[in-house]
Amino acid sequence: MDWKRFGFIAIIIVVLFGGVVAIGQVQQRPLLIVTSMLATTIAVATPLTLGALSGVFCERAGVVNIGIEGMMLASAFFGWLAAVYMFHVFEYPTGVSITAGALFAVITGMLMALLHAVLSITFKVDQIIGGTVINILAVGLTGFLNRQMFFGKGSVFEGSIPNSPGVLRAIHIPITEILSPLCGANSPLCVENIAAINRVFDQKPIALSAILLVFISHYVLFNTRWGLRTRAVGEHPKAADTVGINVIKMRYANVLIGGALAGLAGAYFTIESVPSFEPLLTNGRGFISLAAMIFGNWTPIGAWAAALVFGASSALQINMQIFRAVIPPQLAFLQQSYIVGLVPYILTMIILTGIIGKTTPPAADGVPYDK
Amino acid sequence: MTDTPAIILEAKGITKKFPGVLANDNVDFDLHKGEIHALLGENGAGKSTLMNVLYGLYKPESGTVTVDGNPMTLNSSRDAIKHGIGMVHQHFMLIPVFTVTENIMLGAETDHRAAPNEMPLVRLDRAEVAQKVRDLSHQYGLEVDPEAVVGDLPVGVQQRVEIVKALYRKANILILDEPTAVLTPQEADDLFRIMHELTAKGVSIVFITHKLKEVLKVADRITVMRAGQVVGSANPKESNEQKLASMMVGREVILTVQKKPAEPKEDVLVVNDLRVKDVRGLEAVRGVSFTVRAGEVLGLAGVQGNGQTELAEALSGLRASESGHFSISGNDLTGKPPRQFTKAGLANIPEDRQRHGLVLGYTIADNMALCDYYHMPFSNGIVIQQKQVDSNARKLIEDYDVRTPSPYIAAGKLSGGNQQKVIVARELSRPVKLVLASQPTRGLDVGSIEYIHKQIIAMRDRGVAVLLVSAELDEILSLSDRIAVMYRGEIVATVDRKDASREQLGLLMAGVHEPA
Repeated sequence: MDWKRFGFIAIIIVVLFGGVVAIGQVQQRPLLIVTSMLATTIAVATPLTLGALSGVFCERAGVVNIGIEGMMLASAFFGWLAAVYMFHVFEYPTGVSITAGALFAVITGMLMALLHAVLSITFKVDQIIGGTVINILAVGLTGFLNRQMFFGKGSVFEGSIPNSPGVLRAIHIPITEILSPLCGANSPLCVENIAAINRVFDQKPIALSAILLVFISHYVLFNTRWGLRTRAVGEHPKAADTVGINVIKMRYANVLIGGALAGLAGAYFTIESVPSFEPLLTNGRGFISLAAMIFGNWTPIGAWAAALVFGASSALQINMQIFRAVIPPQLAFLQQSYIVGLVPYILTMIILTGIIGKTTPPAADGVPYDK
Repeated sequence: MTDTPAIILEAKGITKKFPGVLANDNVDFDLHKGEIHALLGENGAGKSTLMNVLYGLYKPESGTVTVDGNPMTLNSSRDAIKHGIGMVHQHFMLIPVFTVTENIMLGAETDHRAAPNEMPLVRLDRAEVAQKVRDLSHQYGLEVDPEAVVGDLPVGVQQRVEIVKALYRKANILILDEPTAVLTPQEADDLFRIMHELTAKGVSIVFITHKLKEVLKVADRITVMRAGQVVGSANPKESNEQKLASMMVGREVILTVQKKPAEPKEDVLVVNDLRVKDVRGLEAVRGVSFTVRAGEVLGLAGVQGNGQTELAEALSGLRASESGHFSISGNDLTGKPPRQFTKAGLANIPEDRQRHGLVLGYTIADNMALCDYYHMPFSNGIVIQQKQVDSNARKLIEDYDVRTPSPYIAAGKLSGGNQQKVIVARELSRPVKLVLASQPTRGLDVGSIEYIHKQIIAMRDRGVAVLLVSAELDEILSLSDRIAVMYRGEIVATVDRKDASREQLGLLMAGVHEPA
């Protein structure tokens, strides 16, 4: 990651936040706007971050994975299904049900990844086609099973909506408790500010673990034996083979890691964000993850930064709705949510043109290994 | 000194089959402690296959290998490394984006520790390994910077990294597969010095090559392979190039090119004050003027990187020139697209045959039609006449002795020598006026070199002008009628072949002018 890239990311985020503050300040204090946008940005960036990390592991090992979208979708569905069964049918408590759901989502991601690995590593199928198979399979399977399970006569739940197991709860990090005594007496504003800042950090478990995983992935890829070998296998598998590294095993393992991360991203949608499933709910986020991975030059931290840009543009969209009433008439177009909604996609296109500097994929990315 | 040298590595009865090829046919090979044992043979003779078997990369159908008297299992390169065998492959097994240290520690990440750790998430001790690399490079006189990124290093240094990589794994048997193919003469001399330093320290070396001069210069023993079998061995002190060449090829080989005196006629290629920039935007060709006449070979000598590549690219239309002019038979081609060059009668044998000479994924037949596909007889309007393309290919494969099972296999699947023959066939079979041959025999075996040299002289004798660009002084001396020497983008001298001596050319190539 070079500074040009991080600079671009910082500028975009500052522009998006600054715009909202400029419009919203008549109604809300800037600090509160910024903190609430930051909290939204981090939360919304979660599936993108995890999806991008999934791509980083697969592609660093030399396997192109455009099936992240499908892996997320399938994981979101099966994780949700598992949670519903646990809660509604077996009547486990909420916490157990949704934890099991998250676990099941991760396993689903790994199973989808296993399919991709078998196709692309063992059978050397074109990896773009393998990924497309995953995406189409996920759409068809989840759409079909969703209907079979929940809708209409003869479905498993006979058309009645099962009891919701709920979603993961935010973890409170006690910043307010520690810092507010410093404000001294008679300064409610100070306490209010600290509480607002605290809300940025009070994220839900998957969002927090995504950030943790960014740094863990960075360490693993660049400072451990596993990472050195993974990158070797993705750059020049033959060279890795001649020093006794099992190329096939390394690729399988990394694709499965990628699948687990995509599975966790899927769990975000139905276990952490909203307790429901609807067909196609991932809505292209798997592909935006890939854009983040590319813009991050196949590095975990770079990919995370890029994911935050997309998160920020979602925060923009949400805040434009909040401040709808105070948008000045010259900027009336911002009232149209579909125009604001275009921002992440336009950013994706700008980023992928390579204007902000060229990125280099691993040299053997997408090339099956033939001894 | 013992009378009977200790055998450190012995292979017996190695047989290795590939689909349709018997690459190694009951091969015996042994290596003495502290010697340089040259394994000589043409491309495809089975040298590399044998070594890949010894290194555990190929599993042989039969045969045994013992190291220091202990039988070795041949399942993976891990086994070979364990037995102290290191291999430097012809195409380096280095990861360009990794540093020297990372490349060296890959696969042996914790071997520098007293107790190696097999955990996958063990931390990399880059600094300690870098220190080890520094120590090793001092010990064996192999200068490498452990922090450098491999892709930025010249090939000669990359090769040193490969050797250090093997030594780091405590190799005492070193297999060098065609190590000089990618080196300049100076780098090769440096490598020979290193090889002697290694053997003096007890390392045994297998040196694979098809270059006869080198073998005679550095080997202690020579084994010759042909068509998957060992056909003989020789002592370099009692052998000579002619004998070795005949053994390799299996027939008498004419190493010196037989040719009549040239009968030069009118000017064909006229180059006037040409200036060309290289990829980095620096001026690589700095005001060059010369002519090549019909019926003569002008040899352009020079150490690699003195502007010959850029000049040849400009003269074939692949690179724009900054200023100056050039023409073929009176057609000014400055700034014209490559097709105009072809139409004007240029036959281009490019330096990088895989990138600029062939479309590797296309069949031989299609490659052979690449210059003329767009007009009769290969195309009729917009439709390719496949029959014509095929019959042309069959004829050229026959005429130019391309060894291939069929005209329909991809050009990328052929050996280097046969790829070059496909290019030569395509270019020389057309009615041409000028042949531009850049490094036409680089990396080829004796038989193919002999063949291509004959074709070039045959063109000359038919009254075609030939511009030969080569870094091999022997090639320049044996083919040229006049010799121009290029140094730092300028032609520093043009001499007649009969007035040229090897020493004088060597000095000119090094930038030393004769005192007037």
